[in-house]
Order: sequence, then structure tokens, then C-alpha cells
Amino acid sequence: MKSNRPHRVLPGFNLSLGYALVYLSLLVLIPLGGLIAKSAELSLAEFWTLATSQRSMASYRITFGTSLLAASINAVFGLIVAWVLVRYEFPGRRFFDALVDLPFALPTAVAGITLTTLYANTGWLGQYIEGQWGFKIAFTPWGIVVALTFVTMPFVVRTVQPVIEDIEAEVEEAAATLGATRWQTFWRVLLPGVFPALLTGFALAFSRAIGEFGSVIFIAGNIPLVSEITPLLIIAKLEQYDLIGATVLAVVMLVISFVLLLSINLLQWWAANRHRSEARELDPGSTGNPANTQGAAA
Amino acid sequence: MSIEVKNITKRFGSFVALDNVSLEIPTGELVALLGPSGCGKTTLLRIIAGMESLDEGQVLFHGEEATHVEARERNVGFVFQHYALFRHMSVFENVAFGLRVKPRAQRPSEAAIRDKVMSLLKLVQLDWLAERYPSQLSGGQRQRIALARALAVEPKVLLLDEPFGALDTQVRKELRRWLRRLHDEMHIASVFVTHDQEEALEVADRVVVMNKGHIEQMGTPDEVYTAPATPFVYKFLGNVNVFHSRLKGPWAKVEQPEGDGKGEGGSTAFVRPHEIDILREQREHALAATVQHVQAIGPLVRVELTHESEIIEVELTRDRHLELQLNAGDQVWLLPKQVTVFASAKAEPQRWAPDWVI
Repeated sequence: MKSNRPHRVLPGFNLSLGYALVYLSLLVLIPLGGLIAKSAELSLAEFWTLATSQRSMASYRITFGTSLLAASINAVFGLIVAWVLVRYEFPGRRFFDALVDLPFALPTAVAGITLTTLYANTGWLGQYIEGQWGFKIAFTPWGIVVALTFVTMPFVVRTVQPVIEDIEAEVEEAAATLGATRWQTFWRVLLPGVFPALLTGFALAFSRAIGEFGSVIFIAGNIPLVSEITPLLIIAKLEQYDLIGATVLAVVMLVISFVLLLSINLLQWWAANRHRSEARELDPGSTGNPANTQGAAA
Repeated sequence: MSIEVKNITKRFGSFVALDNVSLEIPTGELVALLGPSGCGKTTLLRIIAGMESLDEGQVLFHGEEATHVEARERNVGFVFQHYALFRHMSVFENVAFGLRVKPRAQRPSEAAIRDKVMSLLKLVQLDWLAERYPSQLSGGQRQRIALARALAVEPKVLLLDEPFGALDTQVRKELRRWLRRLHDEMHIASVFVTHDQEEALEVADRVVVMNKGHIEQMGTPDEVYTAPATPFVYKFLGNVNVFHSRLKGPWAKVEQPEGDGKGEGGSTAFVRPHEIDILREQREHALAATVQHVQAIGPLVRVELTHESEIIEVELTRDRHLELQLNAGDQVWLLPKQVTVFASAKAEPQRWAPDWVI
């Protein structure tokens, strides 16, 4: 029997869909489901008490606050780094380009120890910052921000980079001949084009920052109510064999993360589809060649 | 507003893109910069627009120095080959862009912007696409939107860089005619770059033929076509048969008009395909040739012949073809009705019609 499914060029739709769903279930859904099932052993009131204890609340604030700050810092400076790496030719560009990935490869504990050594009040940088301005970085939430910014830096740079490469220089020139200032060109022409990718990078950096553990515990000082992140609190509970307490915290983190990521995804979907709402009707083939292949002397 | 460029030189590294180029474009004129790729025509256009710096020379707008004025202050409309529309903006917003980025004091009201944009979209006959996005348009539509966008700021000069280069033939022909009409309505100086000689000859008031960074010839389409100033222009505009003087044979004499006295050095004779007549019987000075191929499509009949393995192209009228009844393999004789001789690549052309032609 011929089904009325649309014809596809590549066979194996059923197989690959089934595989994808099983894969996602095994790796993501079942473990997380187990987590929630475990927490269901508690009554709602007990759950609420554990989830909203003073120490837990402080740890959520620190975890999500520092993550948000780190992701925002990276959104701004990661964009600049990506821009510079794409648009400018300078000696050592490839070297710096490779450097961007380093935070991915480095064991996070190494990063944490290195940053702590640098920013502690006896460290190379810390002694000046603390000595000159009396500003403590290591063993405060600021230290967490520094560590998270370091660890999540590649996300923004690497998601934004290909999009910037795709922007034709001609678009900037067109804006200039129409009388736009540099700032207007950036704000009205370039940024809207990069925005969906920037949001993706931000979301990736943010979610990575929420889960980050290794680099933070060295620099944070882990003072309860001041610089203790939720993942550390979970470990602490586990070490005291408080399995259920750890589960509760994990579920809370899971829910908050999910809600945040979902809203970022919706925003991103909106940003990306705003100008593609209707079906393409005419001549999708004539999108034009990348215009920057055109030589200046042509 | 008139445009004047004086003695412009532009180098990219050791490559000289423009070599001491001077050009004047009065208001109301539509000028084509014509030349093969790499001849510097786009560079010249970009220098006029202020998007490219220059090494030497001056750009004057209406007699005023504009060499170092920034692109955004030059008030030029620029149309790119690949449209360069803003992808994330609707057609309406694309056209409105130039008005919206004006300083607050000069910015028209929202209603005025709407009126202006819609009237421009009507002008380019695409007002029904105002809410679409560039990705939903065809190439021809995109280019018309790009033109409307450039016109929104009421530029004094309109510059178009291979505006129809990425479009197919049919659309290209339509847009050409349409550009001509539009230009006549606007009373501005327009310059467009093209490598398509047909386009240049059909649309422009004046054609500037460029090659290797300098201007070969400037003139009306008729002038450059019928009286090319250099061998390059001859070859670039239309089909032409080239006879080098070293080619011995009956026409070797033809190529050396009497009194030239330069011997048989580097002189070259150019004869357009329609300037050659085919004869069935031998005559003095006539060149023997063999018919290879006869293509009888349209009002002209194209005949391809060979003379000592050199290919010669001839165009005959239908009547003449009927008289001759040529077939492939026939032995015939050729006589030129008009010959242009360049004694050397730099020399002035000498045009003459041999008196031994019937």
C-alpha cells in the first residue's frame, strides 16, 4: 500500500526517527525521569521545605545569578572576539582563533586552580586588584563569575563566528551610502542579523555555566550563603548520605533550567523566523552568490 | 549634480587598478563604464561612491572637492550587483532605512516615511510586496527594491555596479529599459558599470570603455561602435575580423594603405562581419576563402569561412544570400567594403573604403 507520506530523497525516516527518540530517552529522559520519580517519595510540603531552605535559596541565587552574568559578559565580549577574528587580518589570527577553544579542552579543575592562583590576594593579578582598589575576586561570587566566563567563552564565539562570516561587506556599504552612521549600521543592520546566533550562544553558555562545578569550587571559597553554588550543595548533601535532599535540589535546578532554556529557545525561534514567516514563493534559487567573492578591481 | 574625477590613480599592492583616469559626467547623463573584468571599472565606481580610497587624484561633485568626504555624506545612491538588501527587514523597511537613519531633526514623520516608501514602491511597481522579506523575492524584484532603497534618500548621483549582472536575459532586458525611463524622470547623473557591451550601448547616453586601468574611449554608443578609437575597443564591441599584416596573401596589400610607409611591422586591419562582401568569381585584391558553415537565422545570414586556416566571419543580408546560394565547401572570394587599420596598438586608426570594391 502506498502511503500518502511525502516522498523523501533519503530513505530510513522511520529508522532514524526511532533511533533518535530511543537515544534521547536513554541518555536524557530516563535519567531525569528517575530523578523526579525519586523526589516523589517526599510529600509536597516536605519537598517545598527542603527546596526553599535559606541555604538552598542562596545557592540558587548565586548559581543562576553568576551564570547569567557570565553568559551576558560573554555575549558582549564573545561577539567582539568573533567579529575581530572574522573581519580583521592580523598576525597570529589563526593562533588566537585556536586559543578560543582552549577552555573546552582544559580540565575545568585546572582552570579553577589557575584562576584562583591568579586572582587570590597573593596572586599575580589579585594582589594588585585587591591592593590597589580593595576589590576581592577570589573566594567571592565575583570569582565564580570569572571562572564561568572563562569556561563558557567558546560557546558564544563559535556560534556567532559563522554567522558573521556570512554577512556580506556590501550590506555595511549599502547602509553607509544610505546615510547610516557606524553605530546605526551596527545596531540596525548587523546586530539583528547576528542576534539569533548570539542568543543560541548565550543559551549554551548559560546552561553550561549552571552545570559548571570543577572550576568554580576552587575559586569560589564555597562559603555557605555567600559563594556556595547549588551543584556543590548537592555534592555536600550526597557526602552526608542525604540522597533525598540532593535529589530535591537537582529537581529544582532541572525545572528552573528547563524553563529558562525553553524561553530562550522560543525567543530564538521568534528572532530567526520573524523574516521567514511566509513560505518562499518566488525563485528561491536566486539568493545570489556571496558577493564578497567579487574582486575590488572587477 | 555633475561628477568629475581628475587624474585618479589607485593601486592594490603592486597592481595598478586605475592609472591616471579622468572623467566628467554632467547632470542628467546616463554613463556606462564598460570593460572586461579587472579593468578597474568597479573600483572607479566605488571611488566615486566613497567606498574606496584613492592614491592620487580628486573627486569633485558639482565642482566641489569631495575626495575625502565619507560615503554616508556624499548623498549617492548605490546599487550592488548582489542587491545587498537587509535580510531581516521587510521590503518596506529596506526602502525606509535611508529615511529612518537621518538625524532626528531631518527625519520625516512616520506618515511621511510611509508615503515616500509607498510611492517609491509604486515607481518600481512592487508596492504589493511591501510586507515581504527579501528572501521571498526573485532576483529582478530584489534589484528593483534595491534601486527604490537607493532612491529613497533622493541621491544626487546614482551609481550602479553591474546592476543586472546576476539576472537572466529576459529580466535583464526589461530592467534595462526601465532603468532608462527612470533615469530620464530623475534628472540626476547616473553611472553604471557593466561588462555587457549590448547593455551599455542600448542604455547609456555615453559609453566609457575601460581596459587595464585606463580609459580607451569615451563617446556616444554610436561613436564607440562605428568609430572605435583603439584595437581593444574594436574587439570588445561587437564581432570583428582581424587581419595582421604578417598574414601574406591578397589582403596583405590592403592592410598597408598607400603612404603609410611603416612597412609590414605590427599593423592590424579590422573589418566587421557586415563590412565584407562575398563574391562567386575571383577579382583583383579579393581573398580566397572556403565556406565552412552557413547559419541562416533571423534577418542576417552568418557565414563562417576559412582562409589558410584563419576563420573569417561574414554577415550577409537575406537577399544577398539568396543571390549567392552558398553551401559549405564552396570556394569564394572576399572583398572588404570598409577597413580600419591601426599601424600599431597605440596609433590613430585610419578608416578607408577600398576604391576597388564594386
